[in-house]
Amino acid sequence: MTSLIETENIGKTYGSVIALSDVSTVVNAGEVTCVLGDNGAGKSTLIKILAGVHQHDQGSFKVEGEEIKFSSPREALDHGIATVYQDLAVVPLMSVWRNFFLGSEPTTRFGFLDSKKGKAVTRKALSDMGIDLRDVEQPVGTLSGGERQCVAIARAVHFGAKVLILDEPTAALGVKQAGVVLKYVAQARDRGLGVVLITHNPHHAYPVGNRFLLLKRGRALGSYEKSEIDINELTRQMAGGAELEALEHELRGVEA
Amino acid sequence: MTVTATAPPAADERLGKPRAMDQLIKRPEIGAMLGALLVFLFFSVVTEQFLSVGGAATWLDDASMLGIMAVAVAMLMIGGEFDLSAGVMTASTALVTALLATQLGLNVWLALLVSLAFALAVGALNGWLVMRTGLPSFIVTLGSFLALQGLNLGITRLVTGSVQVSGMREAAGYESAGFLFASTFQIGGTSFYVSIIWWVLFTVVASTVLMRTKFGNWIFAIGGAAQSSRAVGVPVVRSKILLFMTTAFAAWLVGSINILRYASVQANQGIGLEFQYIIAAVIGGCLLTGGFGSAVGAAIGALIFGMARQGIVYAGWNSDWFQLFLGVMLLAAVLVNNMLRRRAERVRR
Repeated sequence: MTSLIETENIGKTYGSVIALSDVSTVVNAGEVTCVLGDNGAGKSTLIKILAGVHQHDQGSFKVEGEEIKFSSPREALDHGIATVYQDLAVVPLMSVWRNFFLGSEPTTRFGFLDSKKGKAVTRKALSDMGIDLRDVEQPVGTLSGGERQCVAIARAVHFGAKVLILDEPTAALGVKQAGVVLKYVAQARDRGLGVVLITHNPHHAYPVGNRFLLLKRGRALGSYEKSEIDINELTRQMAGGAELEALEHELRGVEA
Repeated sequence: MTVTATAPPAADERLGKPRAMDQLIKRPEIGAMLGALLVFLFFSVVTEQFLSVGGAATWLDDASMLGIMAVAVAMLMIGGEFDLSAGVMTASTALVTALLATQLGLNVWLALLVSLAFALAVGALNGWLVMRTGLPSFIVTLGSFLALQGLNLGITRLVTGSVQVSGMREAAGYESAGFLFASTFQIGGTSFYVSIIWWVLFTVVASTVLMRTKFGNWIFAIGGAAQSSRAVGVPVVRSKILLFMTTAFAAWLVGSINILRYASVQANQGIGLEFQYIIAAVIGGCLLTGGFGSAVGAAIGALIFGMARQGIVYAGWNSDWFQLFLGVMLLAAVLVNNMLRRRAERVRR
């Protein structure tokens, strides 16, 4: 079976800044590939390449076995790659259903918006994902952060995404809300989507992930299958391993 | 409003919210409607001519010219941009039509067509510059506002030796074009200008586009969160450029009505009107930050303008008071709008 997404030694430079280099990973259907790394590790650059916002300038990027270079997010969407960004998942002042259909609005024969269908489909799609909203006409801004992410995830699933890229979906959320979002990530995975989960929290990544790609300063620090690594080792690597131990030592020195 | 059978625990917090406020959030023009009603009642009681058919014809006409522009500007503002060149554009389009018809002897219809092409080109240039440079549209269109102002005066003086173009009445096609843009119709023995019909028509079309079409959905989205919209495949650049072209089109419409009604045009016309358009749009419920507003609201905002401006004349007051009224209205509207937005955008974790 060919992977949904496969990158090989992919890289990107902005002028003289090397944002990403030599990163290889795969995303398979029904699996979650987690991308972990600290701020500035190149996570955003990687997903922006996958999502069609930026173009890579080294290595190869294959979608379903076919070498590709997206020129716009629309093109990535047309290939079934949907991205949910941390802060910009939705338009806060617009209603839930209008957000849900944004960019793929249902129209009647005469070219007008079919709001009745829009609302019904939105309600159905959300409840299929187990999201229970009181009113699909309320502005998305009145939803909690977790609910907004869920709306965005349900939207991607509904519109037939094959690959779902989630940029720090749990970053700004409380413990409980983060758990809810992770539940929907697992649900999307079980529906056969390939998921790319970007996070800097190994405790969020480990329970749902099948594969872990660790990035640091634009390079791959390591790529592991779940069977090859446990949560403690993942956390240790993420935090910078030896560096953290040195820092801990230093901090103890301050205390004393 | 439907409530699902099994309310999730999180929904409980939302139940405390008063219904009336929810409705207000959905209908940004409610505040303007209330204001219009107050102004209407006030001047109906205070003055005699205001409520007469003749009086209505006057304030409706005043509101219509402003209203056509206010509606277009409102669409642009919902899309997250400003157009300060909108006021001067009404003079530029009239000047292009007048110069072509009187100096080159073009048929008025042909002159109108060239003028329309000119307007759309300026609109597209405004939009393209804003999107290309990424600068605030406030600055970019301030530039085109000044440039157009200079061009209006400079070219008019160069060609005619004065700062006005007149003599449209002799041009071929003036009668038929005038019928479309500047004729009157009778209701109860009183003449109403056809511009009122253009205003209503433009408002209906704009409102339908905003609320009932894909493109309308995109306008709200790009004004509310351009990056998110782009990420889900909305053509942000194209949509914004189209909005700038819409205000330019409206300016052409108003410019054409002006030149065909008065048969002459001053080169310094239209300056300062751009703020009146924005004020009318804001009174009608548009947020200065974009993503929220209404075309009908902007039309009502213009109606308030027209009623107050003419009402003050009927009441025999000094027109200075109009500015005071305007200032108070604007502040009140901004406060109300801001409150509504904060309710809608409030982030809960």
